[in-house]
Amino acid sequence: MTLDLPLIWAGIIAFAVLVYVILDGFDLGVGILFPFIKNEADRDQMMNSVAPVWDGNETWLVLGGGGLFAAFPLAYAVILPALYIPIITLLLSLVFRGVAFEYRWKTKRGQYLWDWAFASGSILATFAQGITLGALIQGIPVIDRTYAGQFWDWLTPFSLMTGVALVVGYALLGATWLIYKTEGDVQRAAHQFTWIAGPMTLVLIGCISLWTPFLNERFMERWFSWPNLLYLTPVPILVGLCAVSLYWGLIKKKGLIPFLASLGLFILSFIGLCFSFYPYIVPPSLTIWYAAAPDSSLSFLLTGSAFLLPLILIYSVYSYWVFRGKVGAESTYH
Amino acid sequence: MDQFNALLLARIQFAFTISFHIIFPAFSIGLASYLAVLNGLWLKTGQTIYLSLFDYWKKIFAVVFGMGVVSGVVMSYQFGTNWSVFSDKTGPVLGPLLAYEVLSAFFLEAGFLGIMLFGSNRISPKLHFFATVMVALGTLVSAFWILAANSWMHTPKGYAINTAGQFIVTDWWAVIFNPSFPYRLVHTVLAAYLTTALVVSAVGAFHLLKNNTNTGARIMFSMAMWMVVIVAPAQIIAGDRHGLNTLKYQPAKIAAMEGHFETQAGAPLILIGLPNPDKERIDYSIIIPKLGSFILTHDWNGMVKGLKEWPEDKRPSVNIVFWSFRIMLGIGFTILAMGVWSLYLRNRRRFYETPWMYRAALLMGPAGFIAVLAGWITTEAGRQPYTVYGLLMTSQSVSSINTTAVGITLIAFIMIYFMLFGAGVFYVLRLMSKPPMDREPDISPNQPILATGLMPAPVIVSNQTESSL
Ligand code: HDD
Ligand code: HEM
Ligand code: HEM
Repeated sequence: MTLDLPLIWAGIIAFAVLVYVILDGFDLGVGILFPFIKNEADRDQMMNSVAPVWDGNETWLVLGGGGLFAAFPLAYAVILPALYIPIITLLLSLVFRGVAFEYRWKTKRGQYLWDWAFASGSILATFAQGITLGALIQGIPVIDRTYAGQFWDWLTPFSLMTGVALVVGYALLGATWLIYKTEGDVQRAAHQFTWIAGPMTLVLIGCISLWTPFLNERFMERWFSWPNLLYLTPVPILVGLCAVSLYWGLIKKKGLIPFLASLGLFILSFIGLCFSFYPYIVPPSLTIWYAAAPDSSLSFLLTGSAFLLPLILIYSVYSYWVFRGKVGAESTYH
Repeated sequence: MDQFNALLLARIQFAFTISFHIIFPAFSIGLASYLAVLNGLWLKTGQTIYLSLFDYWKKIFAVVFGMGVVSGVVMSYQFGTNWSVFSDKTGPVLGPLLAYEVLSAFFLEAGFLGIMLFGSNRISPKLHFFATVMVALGTLVSAFWILAANSWMHTPKGYAINTAGQFIVTDWWAVIFNPSFPYRLVHTVLAAYLTTALVVSAVGAFHLLKNNTNTGARIMFSMAMWMVVIVAPAQIIAGDRHGLNTLKYQPAKIAAMEGHFETQAGAPLILIGLPNPDKERIDYSIIIPKLGSFILTHDWNGMVKGLKEWPEDKRPSVNIVFWSFRIMLGIGFTILAMGVWSLYLRNRRRFYETPWMYRAALLMGPAGFIAVLAGWITTEAGRQPYTVYGLLMTSQSVSSINTTAVGITLIAFIMIYFMLFGAGVFYVLRLMSKPPMDREPDISPNQPILATGLMPAPVIVSNQTESSL
């Protein structure tokens, strides 16, 4: 039996991106909600809930980029110039919010500055990610192994909408994470945010799903032809189920359920996306097999990953386990 | 013309962002190992002073590491945005090396960093020590992979070229352990240790100048000075070996570093002078006859190639390489001299009685960073006009991007980096200006310390065992 290495790698990269979206999603989400919380102690508590894990979460983004460079160098070489501005905006925003984690505690006078950097960096980074996603769905033209579109092609009403949608979606993840990790005022506020961000997320998921097929024929065929339609019916049904659990979790004031339900929404949307993309890695120009690196590279990297990825998952879970439980605002220390 | 400008701007952008980035790894590689040693000493001896020093440097490490991470994330996308042709062609070789860096190093650092910084009251001291060691290991593994990738671009081996013009790998072992890699790895890791030792000794000296009895400051000063004594000569030897290797694979670079235009037997060593590339000579030079040949070929009359062997458009810039190389060397020998002085003072039992030693150490605090940057500029500018030496020209590596876009993002990088990292350096200096205490508080009172929640509380083991001093 020969392994379909490009397909396996597409799967691994999709997995890395999904993990990134879920994990950095909630910690960017906490940043997005920052401006709505005024009290400093509450902000401390919010920041503390993600401080020990944000670096690990962001590393999945580096894996997404590094993995793409390794396994699909052509896709990497096409996507980044095509999305030049959103990508650089994303990176610079991540710099802003990243340094805020440390700087915020180093000054009293300047603290508001770093609060601002944390919030605006998180919002802008998320928006840029959403635009990137929208632009990818719209498609990227390629001629002769280089990007063949215009410099501003990524900026369209559709990509703006995916940008907004992702900000709202991450806010939902952040709010439900805070419900799970905090107590008191912050938790109460997070509850209210969820009541707003939850329905908005659902509406936006709906809009994007309806808009996508009209962007191009291929998506239309993919989704609304027989028997695909049959395979896909569980997706909307499960989305409905997640929505109901979110609602129920909020009413019953459950700690963990709203967060899990929101994760469910993201995972399902992501599955839908993968389905739209396949067999392309850069729709509508490059298929997974065309853009793939030679097998000598793919198998070399796969050998190590088979061992390293499970190990990473184990110690990442361990690190979350060490910091389990609710976060306190003030330290119980000193 | 437009393509030329885009190329120039893209080069400046890459050089700027990577030069900023390397400043932080140069410090965090060394500091991570130092923290592991302090943590280990505390576990072994039970003396709280080591824990105090650990907590003192831990706070500084957190800030430096954070800056390293965010500037590094930028780097991992810089290849694609500005150097897309390069990425397409070298991806099958360099991609897996960088991906292995992420998988084996970045995750390791990130996974245990949180535990190391904030976890000391949640897990046992042994587990905490383990986390510290994992972070230190991560930084070294990271250097291993990234330098393998970088070295391959200098001395490519183990590849073939496919019909799409991509480099493909025929032998991974040859790719990773390419001829310049062992030298570059040793030289760069030693550079990081030396840089850290200089910073630690400067901080110790600063506090000893104000209060010569501060125990913590004495310990850090002494430890760092031992490090200098050991590493400085090792670094000079490693640098010499590295140079001989470069002579074999990139003779044009060596010619530029030495300032040799003519190919000659019994070439002089040019100590200093003013390169004049137009006239193809070094003006006002001070030379030592024949020493150049002796160092490079171990023969007083050995034959050494000069830059005139290469057409002008295949030569690296003498102006840059000649100077950056001398700056590195000058700093290297100054550090060595300081190490020798410290040995002499220790021998005379005047190690803590000589304020001039403290002042010298303070002055040398930033020297490591300057040497690291000078070294990298020598290496990288000396590789020009190629990105993959002898195979892929820099001018053929660049993306076809809009000049305005590269220009604007370059300005954005410069402004934002100076603002944010400037603030970071200020906070680091402020942390360093506080004297180390006998009982250093853990990360500042309202920094992320997580109260135990509804779940069963973990076993809280006191870190503050009684001092056995
Ligand atoms: C794995 C790859 C890699 C690594 C580890 C480094 N570089 Fe590099 N460097 C490149 C890959 C590269 C490159 C992509 O190949 C560039 C971009 C443009 C070029 O000519 O080569 C380059 C150019 C380049 C230039 C511009 C030279 C010129 O255009 O004349 C400088 C000053 C540096 N680098 C400095 C550094 C520093 C300070 C590094 C320390 C970390 C470093 N490089 C590591
Ligand atoms: C072009 C070259 C480089 C790229 C693309 C790059 C990429 C990165 C990335 C993405 C990170 C962040 C990892 C995280 O999220 O934790 C990082 C951090 C790091 N890099 Fe680099 N890097 C480069 C050059 C170097 C070199 C030459 C060295 C060492 C000799 C180095 C050593 C490190 C270390 C030790 C870290 C850990 C964080 C820190 O030091 O603060 N890097 N790098
Ligand atoms: C005084 C003795 C030294 C000698 C003879 C020496 C020699 C060299 C040579 C020949 C290179 C270029 C290698 C190449 O690209 O082919 C180099 C690069 C470099 N040097 Fe030095 N060096 C010395 C001291 C130092 C010191 C004190 C530091 C830092 C603290 C340092 C840091 C570096 C770095 C970071 C590089 C770039 C990475 C590399 O190519 O290894 N060097 N050195």
